[in-house]
Amino acid sequence: MTRLTIDPITRLEGHGRIEIFLGEHGEVANAYFQVPELRGFERFCVGRHAEEMPVITSRICGVCPEAHHLASVKALDELFGVEPPPAAKKIRELLYMAFFVTDHTTHFYALGGPDFILGPDAPPSERNILGVIRKLGAEAGKKVIACRSRNHRVIQMLGGRAVHPSAGLPGGWSKPVSEEERREIEAIARQNVDFALFSLAAFDDLVLKNPAHLALVTSDIYLHRTYSMGTVDGENRLNLYDGMIRVVAPEGGETLKYHPREYADHLAEHVEPWTYLKFPYLRKIGWKGLVDGSGSGVYVASPLSRLNVAAAMATPRAQEHFERLYETFGCRTTGAGREPVHHRLATHWARLIELLYAAERMLALATDPEITSPEVRRMPETIRGVGIGSVEAPRGTLTHHYETDDRGILTRVNLIVGTTNNHAAIAMSIKRAAEKFITGGTVVEEGMLNRIEMAFRLYDPCLSCATHSLPGAMPLEVRIRDRQGEVVRTLRRDGTG
Amino acid sequence: MANKPQLSIYWAASCGGCEIAILNLHERLLDLDAAFDLVFCPCLLDTKKKDIEALPDRSIALTLVNGALRTGENREMARLLRRKSQLLIGFGACAHQGGIPALANLDPAGPLPAIYLEGPTTPNPARTLPLPETTVPEGTLQLPPFLGRVAPLAEEVAVDYFIPGCPPEPEQVWKALDPVIQGKPLPPLGSALGAGRSAVCAECGRRKREKKISRFHRTWEIVPDPEQCLLDQGLVCMGPATRDGCGALCPQVSMPCTGCYGPPEGVADQGAAMVAALGSILDIGPITGLSPEEIAARIDEVLGSLPDAAGTFYKYSLAGSLLKGRLP
Repeated sequence: MTRLTIDPITRLEGHGRIEIFLGEHGEVANAYFQVPELRGFERFCVGRHAEEMPVITSRICGVCPEAHHLASVKALDELFGVEPPPAAKKIRELLYMAFFVTDHTTHFYALGGPDFILGPDAPPSERNILGVIRKLGAEAGKKVIACRSRNHRVIQMLGGRAVHPSAGLPGGWSKPVSEEERREIEAIARQNVDFALFSLAAFDDLVLKNPAHLALVTSDIYLHRTYSMGTVDGENRLNLYDGMIRVVAPEGGETLKYHPREYADHLAEHVEPWTYLKFPYLRKIGWKGLVDGSGSGVYVASPLSRLNVAAAMATPRAQEHFERLYETFGCRTTGAGREPVHHRLATHWARLIELLYAAERMLALATDPEITSPEVRRMPETIRGVGIGSVEAPRGTLTHHYETDDRGILTRVNLIVGTTNNHAAIAMSIKRAAEKFITGGTVVEEGMLNRIEMAFRLYDPCLSCATHSLPGAMPLEVRIRDRQGEVVRTLRRDGTG
Repeated sequence: MANKPQLSIYWAASCGGCEIAILNLHERLLDLDAAFDLVFCPCLLDTKKKDIEALPDRSIALTLVNGALRTGENREMARLLRRKSQLLIGFGACAHQGGIPALANLDPAGPLPAIYLEGPTTPNPARTLPLPETTVPEGTLQLPPFLGRVAPLAEEVAVDYFIPGCPPEPEQVWKALDPVIQGKPLPPLGSALGAGRSAVCAECGRRKREKKISRFHRTWEIVPDPEQCLLDQGLVCMGPATRDGCGALCPQVSMPCTGCYGPPEGVADQGAAMVAALGSILDIGPITGLSPEEIAARIDEVLGSLPDAAGTFYKYSLAGSLLKGRLP
């Protein structure tokens, strides 16, 4: 059987790998997405002081340390049985919104966006952040740099450090916000709203008004009808920091709604011997393999799935764009609820709508009179022994589960991180793209390579988080072998190009 | 373009935070771009290992390596980049002393059973574990073996300088790179760049009164006074055993230093330095007339208020410590 291997630059340990097997007639028989690394945080955190976890687990991923810091500190609230004062929760969420603005900005302009802004068939050497700046102009490049800069300043102001913050404690936050800081953050939030609108306008011009790009987004290349997962507030509106987990069926309608502490009743993880990364699925529906549909427990947790589970957005401008997205895809609302969007490339659009939401939410928090309250900590009185906390990480629902002895020393740690949720879906999207672009043994060379990359880039996969080992960019190499296993042709590209 | 000195940036076993720290140079990224021709950076560029292999030895002016060494790939890339680079800098805590991933060295059994068989969300009735080789209907799939031990960069290659921190603060990164860009004389080989030569206490604004403490407090047990030294208040602040350079950021938000800049100048073992610092401030009370057993019990009681000494004292430096992670 002919085998294609898509492997990173060095073809050694430590990076994602795709193996594509071709059948007798050159059709794709199967595609395997392998994650060949694991750092074992769940194991080596055992024995540590529980309260160190916001600092330790931040190092799972330097791209989204804020998500781990906050999921961790929420798990500690439960572990120590202490409800933080309202101001502490608002400060945490304020920091988190600044983080979402900078993270979604980085993804759109540097990682996923180049495919759209420059087009999927642009030369690989152009398809990067510098190419984006050339296309949008130096002014836009400066805007992107300024956006990242001012939001990292907010993260440092509130969290102590711009990367790997340190201010989270069970029962609250280590430092209140001064009025002077609040005013500066408010001004930054206003700039963020403008920047998000600018980014959505750019997406509109470059993608929605470009028939070729729009056709790619609405085509069935990356279509999977899976369950969608996200966090919602009391009115089923999107929330990124706190709320109930809601799961919506492939055809629409609520399947599950549960408190994050009940996650193990609803989620389970399947183990395959050929990858270190587990495959989460909906426990009650069950693991049926890498297939979609309502009979398969595969679900997605991403910006798009979060919008799919939300009845509405909690902020006005994001709501306008939210409505437009569902109108564009012609989703109907029936008695069961609104139909979800399953065109996975729409995740990029959903990410920008979340960027606007995060900016608007940040502004609301920065102008909340309670945000400068000095009451930011409540002291724990007991150690309950179990704590589970979750937030919506940029790449999906992030759950931290800790168990300790009566001294607060960890005895068990379980983590389901954003990207891991999407492991099955990523594998399915890669296979789908391979099937589309390899027919009868003919390989669409560069286009295929990039479209397979697009299949996982749309999930913004952070394998650093998922394996606790790698940063998110994935270098690729495709080796095409004949039936004797000889390499007859090699296609390759490194990085996010 | 061709005349610019070449720069390469490589990640070994790391979290990506060092790349974010470089991105957080913000506007100065443009200066960096003006000064160097970036020839290798797996997260941004298309150049491949074979392109690096094709370069003449010592043709890359500066290489920044972040992350610890965990895999054969990490070690091979470290050797290759050392050969091709005039200046090789270990960037960040993991390259320097292993960083937080090196806490895995405390767990020689390895993580597989715990993660794949015992997790609350892993029913795994077939007790499947990842295997080096798996036969699937279409062929055979391979996985590299899991390598448990984490090592610092200097265990594999000669490291000219290191920039400490988890991650290094962008201001300090610039202070380290600017003399290289300007061609100014650099400190003696082996020095820390972008950091001080003293301890975090030297740059901390909190008031120190050399108080004795009779027990440790965990961070959730007390609300520290905002002006006073955290260690004086019984919080295990790693400041005395940690190199200065960050600006004492964590104590500024009333959280103890956790030691991410590694040991101060001239100190080989951060944990040992912290034990020494604590030895001078711990007060176990009057011991006149007490038996050695009673004194030992008193000491045990004090130490009992800090159950995880290894993870506290060696959080970022286990792989580089004198113990090399082999704790009793």
